[in-house]
Amino acid sequence: MKMKIATLAVGAVMAAAPAMADLVFPSLSYRTGPYAAGGIPFADGYADYFTLLNERDGGIGGVPTRLVECETGYNTEKGVECYEATKGEGSLVYQPLSTGITYQLIPKTAADGIPLHTMGYGRTSAANGKVFGNVFNYPANYWDGASIAVNHLLDLNGGDIGGKKISLVYHNSAYGKEPIRTLEELSKKHGFDFKAIPVDHPGQEQKSQWLQIRRERPDYVLMWGWGVMNQVAIQEAANIRFPMENFIGIWWSGSENDVLPAGDGANGYKSLALHGTGSNYPIYTDIQKFVVDAGKAAGAGDQIGTVLYSRGMYAAMLAAEAVKKAQAIHGTGDITPAQMRDGMEALEISAETLEANGMPGFGPEFSVSCENHGGPGLGMVQQWDASAQSWSLITDFIGSDKDVIGPLIAEDSAAFAAENNISERCN
Amino acid sequence: MFYREAGDFKTSYADDNQTFPIRFDRVRYYVVLAVAFGIIPFIINDYWANAVFVPFLIYAIAAIGLNILTGYCGQVSLGTGGFMAVGAYACYKLMTGFPEISIVLHILGAGFVTAGVGVLFGLPSLRIKGFYLAVATLAAQFFLVWLFNKVPWFYNNSASGQISAPERTVFGVPVTGANTDAWAKYLICLVFVVVLAWLARNLTRGTLGRSWMAIRDMDIAAEIIGVNPLRAKLTAFAISSFFVGIAGALFFSVYLGAVEVGEVFGINKSFLVLFMIILGGLGSIFGSFAGAAFLVLLPVLLKNILVGQLGWATDLAAHIELIIVGGLIMVFLIIEPHGLAQLWRIAKEKLRLWPFPH
Repeated sequence: MKMKIATLAVGAVMAAAPAMADLVFPSLSYRTGPYAAGGIPFADGYADYFTLLNERDGGIGGVPTRLVECETGYNTEKGVECYEATKGEGSLVYQPLSTGITYQLIPKTAADGIPLHTMGYGRTSAANGKVFGNVFNYPANYWDGASIAVNHLLDLNGGDIGGKKISLVYHNSAYGKEPIRTLEELSKKHGFDFKAIPVDHPGQEQKSQWLQIRRERPDYVLMWGWGVMNQVAIQEAANIRFPMENFIGIWWSGSENDVLPAGDGANGYKSLALHGTGSNYPIYTDIQKFVVDAGKAAGAGDQIGTVLYSRGMYAAMLAAEAVKKAQAIHGTGDITPAQMRDGMEALEISAETLEANGMPGFGPEFSVSCENHGGPGLGMVQQWDASAQSWSLITDFIGSDKDVIGPLIAEDSAAFAAENNISERCN
Repeated sequence: MFYREAGDFKTSYADDNQTFPIRFDRVRYYVVLAVAFGIIPFIINDYWANAVFVPFLIYAIAAIGLNILTGYCGQVSLGTGGFMAVGAYACYKLMTGFPEISIVLHILGAGFVTAGVGVLFGLPSLRIKGFYLAVATLAAQFFLVWLFNKVPWFYNNSASGQISAPERTVFGVPVTGANTDAWAKYLICLVFVVVLAWLARNLTRGTLGRSWMAIRDMDIAAEIIGVNPLRAKLTAFAISSFFVGIAGALFFSVYLGAVEVGEVFGINKSFLVLFMIILGGLGSIFGSFAGAAFLVLLPVLLKNILVGQLGWATDLAAHIELIIVGGLIMVFLIIEPHGLAQLWRIAKEKLRLWPFPH
């Protein structure tokens, strides 16, 4: 009972402090473990954006936000514990930043009526809003990512990659396996040779995989890596002198942490990007003024402006926009998770929205609908410059091949619907 | 004063041989059961079920299973995670292959499948011992995890390689899937724990248990007095794996609902269960419960105190938690190398003499 009393007491203290309604955003973060290098900047960005809203605007629509952080260590059991511990506080939306935990939460959040937003990760077929009522993965998903990478290669090769050899180095988990189906379909369509090479958790040891790559000499290597696996792969690629400009990572394999350890060897490495990069956006002035200078930055405060920090901030911005939408729809400031879901489903991100939030051109313009929870599926390609130590965007937003992905999503979500006796919505 | 044999007369061999010869122990046992079945299901909520009771009960089954093999029969195993994975995947295949059959039978079936796999990997134990056997079971751990990742048949060719438990009911009440109530989750695990613990306790008191212990204490001597080592070791592997398989099946279907083999049933799980029995007490059913409780509840308790009550940063708390749990394990093992069960035994000895110690 001690714990119960403890949690109640804390809840009481926290509830008593603002003494009014607040918007609760749980942050299932991981600042420890082998994936902490990715978890820390994301969690900091997510937290800082809500702090900024509280400090600058007094919350969203006049209602202050409250962030409840819970450490998962990228571990599903702790993820479950965190979910159960935070769901009772009126949590509006879960963003676990882990595909494994996402799979746990998809049925649980559906039963509890809390929306789940997996931005650029999670279960790809959740893009089908007809089946997955409360799961959202806008603005892009893994299958979009795979297709965007292939489209980029098509651009580079004048539209023909027939006979080219493309290998995928992937994290041997649900996350890494996601793009394989799409890449297999694409290889049939475009006639390239596809080969998947798994790397086991956590990915510190990849000598044999890269030996295989060195022997088979693929023209291009794609990577679905996370955490320490990214740095090791880039280092190994540099060691076998694999041409870095032919090495493309997913957006989770493209942060500063991943390329810095390899030094000059990482020069020219490419990765996909969900959103803009660098700290040349007006919002950073506000973050500096209201968050950092006020001493309220999350964590150590040393991640500001990094790729994954921007991603956390972007995720928070999309959540905040959905709250505004929900407040407008339901005419109340203090919204419930169900109303939040409506807001997410009606979300529209236009150039003006981005501009108003101090992030002009940061992400794609898109709108979510009842059928489409996956957004437009757009991504850019960024390239690492080791001497300047910065990422630069080398393409505009590239679209994905919906002719290939659409049927795959329909097939996978239909299987899920059949397994769980879900009837289609939006009719 | 209350805790003693004096005045508790036994008039039959059955009475004399009962599990709890002291009246106080017997009463306590029934009180625990009454509370577990009669009170907790009515007051349990989602947090207590999913964060505390269900993992504790499931780990207790796994710990009893490993304790049969390691604690009673003396065969060190590092393959627990792999065997739990066998239970989980067997349960998944049975659940999706025969949806009309009761989930309880599927879980038992998963136990039998795991028992078969356990016997297979137990065969080398007839030739290799001690650390070498530990290495052989370690190979089982890695092989099984690799297998479940590699062969798509095991996860029904799903795109992500994840297995997820569909909704299944017992007497019309859902026990797996997202719509399960906390009490249903808790009760199904509790029923399995009580039945299996009762079975384990009685097995270890009988012929089979005595032959295991003979092999553990000195296998050559045991062989000379007529214990068949093949039979003893393979039954230990089979029964131990049966328990571990059921734990794995419950872990997947009731507790987590969706599982990714490398992350959930990795080598860490093997070590965790091994630590539970070492810390709780080798060769003791109570020790399995104590060890499971210690390693499941302590991190949750520490997290709630450090983050919830003291308001520390989550990462700092997570690191401190590791230090405290690790430190406590060392302290316990230095003070009492035979585990929490031995502390309990000593406490009982003292209680018998109280209030007149000599």
